[in-house]
Amino acid sequence: MSETSNIDIVKKGLGKRYRAEKRFRIYGICAIASSLIFLAFLFISIGSNGYTAFQQTFIRLTVHFDPEILGDTTNRESIASANFPSIVKQSLSMMFPEVTSRSDKRLLNALISSGASYNVRDIVIENPNCIGKTMQVWVPADDDVDMLIKGHINREAQEGERRLNDKQLGWIEQLEKDGNLKKRFNMTFFTAGDSREPELAGIWGAVSGSFFTMIVTLVLSFPIGVAAAIYLEEFAKKNRWTDIIEVNINNLAAVPSIVFGLLGLAVFLNFFGMPRSAPLVGGLVMTLMTLPVIIIASRAALKSVPPSIREAALGVGASQVQMVFHHVLPLALPGMLTGAIIGMARALGETAPLLMIGMVAFIVDIPSGFTDPSTALPVQIFLWADSPERGFLEKTSAAIMVLLTFLIAMNALAVILRKKFEKRW
Amino acid sequence: MKGKMFFKSLSITGLSVAAALTIGSLAFNSNALAGSARDYISVVGSSTVYPFSTVVAEQFGKTAGFKTPKIESTGTGGGMKLFCSGVGVQHPDIANASRRMKKSECEMCDKNGVTDILEVKIGYDGIVLANSKKSAPMNITRKELFLALAASVPEPGGAESVVPNPYKTWKDINPALPAVKIEILGPPPTSGTRDAFVELVMETGGSQFPWIKALEKSDKDKFKSICHTIREDGAYIEAGENDNLIVQKLDANPNAFGIFGFSFLDQNGDKIQGTPVEGIVPTFEAIADGKYSVSRPLYFYVKKAHVGVIPGMKEFLKEFSSDKAWGNDGYLSEKGLIPMPDDEKKAFNTDVQTLKSLSCGDL
Repeated sequence: MSETSNIDIVKKGLGKRYRAEKRFRIYGICAIASSLIFLAFLFISIGSNGYTAFQQTFIRLTVHFDPEILGDTTNRESIASANFPSIVKQSLSMMFPEVTSRSDKRLLNALISSGASYNVRDIVIENPNCIGKTMQVWVPADDDVDMLIKGHINREAQEGERRLNDKQLGWIEQLEKDGNLKKRFNMTFFTAGDSREPELAGIWGAVSGSFFTMIVTLVLSFPIGVAAAIYLEEFAKKNRWTDIIEVNINNLAAVPSIVFGLLGLAVFLNFFGMPRSAPLVGGLVMTLMTLPVIIIASRAALKSVPPSIREAALGVGASQVQMVFHHVLPLALPGMLTGAIIGMARALGETAPLLMIGMVAFIVDIPSGFTDPSTALPVQIFLWADSPERGFLEKTSAAIMVLLTFLIAMNALAVILRKKFEKRW
Repeated sequence: MKGKMFFKSLSITGLSVAAALTIGSLAFNSNALAGSARDYISVVGSSTVYPFSTVVAEQFGKTAGFKTPKIESTGTGGGMKLFCSGVGVQHPDIANASRRMKKSECEMCDKNGVTDILEVKIGYDGIVLANSKKSAPMNITRKELFLALAASVPEPGGAESVVPNPYKTWKDINPALPAVKIEILGPPPTSGTRDAFVELVMETGGSQFPWIKALEKSDKDKFKSICHTIREDGAYIEAGENDNLIVQKLDANPNAFGIFGFSFLDQNGDKIQGTPVEGIVPTFEAIADGKYSVSRPLYFYVKKAHVGVIPGMKEFLKEFSSDKAWGNDGYLSEKGLIPMPDDEKKAFNTDVQTLKSLSCGDL
């Protein structure tokens, strides 16, 4: 009697329980779908804005390296100050002989990037024999022309509302017709430092800055973090002091990054007198930020090594240090490396602490060492996003793509290391 | 087993290398860097001057044979603090400012030994109110802008007291304006553009009520609290320091207005239009000859003690004050800087050549 009634109670509630289960699954799918949609939206909007930045509009000029205009070109210094802008202007007016008035010539010259004369100069520096000869040279077009060709400026707009007027449009159309205007791969973007002209700006300076910063961070934070983790996990006695240290490490991992920047400003710049804007200081600040992450990951990796390994090592007569370094550490290292890489990836994408130590700056020269002034990739993105020229809009997205590529590569490396070396018990 | 050996040797070498490097770098830092000479110019300061300063720096680096100056965008106040912290290579050489140096800042400089300062005005910057080209332009006065933006406004009945801002649409303020919700995107309080906007528009607009103007003399704090407090009920939207974002938002929302520097209007003339203030459209010419009222001068300040110590200082000043940079057709005007009138340019050019010192009493 009582058995049937129990079954009845179960059966009565069964439909409700199935429905609850179904609902929960739907919630889960919705959550995943919506985050995928956000991610796809992010990638599509960045990709569609940024892919055009990998191409650049170039104009073909027939340059006559006239020694009379250039003047003295016998050594490197005199080449640097030779009159290359005139050479470029002359070849442009040879292409459009009908343009004679001063104001029209100014408009015509505005089609070519102000960096064109440096391109021509580099040719002479590389090959001094070309003086007196005539050559075909592809030089970058001005950013307004580039934006027009890429369709970011509306050709149909009223003349006063475009940054290029009808005359300039006519010249551009003629250049296009003669095949003297082409989109080519934008090498400058990967080799140049920052610039205020979008067509001359590149990310190499920022990438090198990030590289030096990351080297300092890795070299300091990984060994210190691993050593701290080993000591705390394997050697330290369990008492109040180690408890306090443990709580503090966990707290530090959650401290907002700007606080580390302020700390860096107070300690490294003001107290130690290190240079502003240097990757060395950036790396030190990032080290402080990444240390807790690495310590926590390393301790977790050490904890996951089964006690039987330790006991076996001690049982055959290994000392404590031998046990750790010969047996436990090699088994825990893949987990530690994963933690370190993820910590480094976080540090690579960080701007806030760099703001305080002067790495948010306009720096053209490519840094060549740890104390040269430099920026970092995310800082470059921030600076470009704030520039009024429309050409920087696509550069911003392209730089984000480069940064994302680095981050994805680092995370992939972490996954591969874990898959390859991790042991499960 | 091979992997194990690899990790073992890796971990031991890694630890020892790191320990050596840590000790090495600490020793290196404390003595080598403190006294190291700097061979590039260090500039700090206003984010408004940044786009102009950087162009000059780039030109200078490419042509003058010196290293390219390093320019940090710290904001005017932050830049002054760094600039005034002392003389020596670890302190910046030049501070950019989107307003004149304050007396208090000059005194701080003085206290820290930065006594000889050269002041250079580089030109003007207009602050514009703009909306999307898709909607009609709206002629507005500074008084109306004050009424649209202040947190508390004079009681509409005419009594000499303030009430929380009751205006929801432009039509509520002036029947001639359209019945569109007031929606203005602008910079946050940390921005120099906001400071200038408050001073040039809100203070002037508020002062058109005689009793508020009287407060400026009798009760300065109350005057400031009326004119400087911007409403927080959603009509004014703080859009961060990113003016590009404001331009994009204006393009998407034709009813909204944005507040930003003239160079952004100059670069985006096909998407947005400047709102005429007191009948004057913000154009290059109108700002240059002073007709457009909402414009401010931009400055930079030079530490004279560093001239001749840091290589290239004199040449950099020469490049900045040359006609091809700040002249009427110079490359700075192409970036949206409004040039000074010729006589002013000449005066500051002489100041640069003679390295005239600024005295705190003049501020």
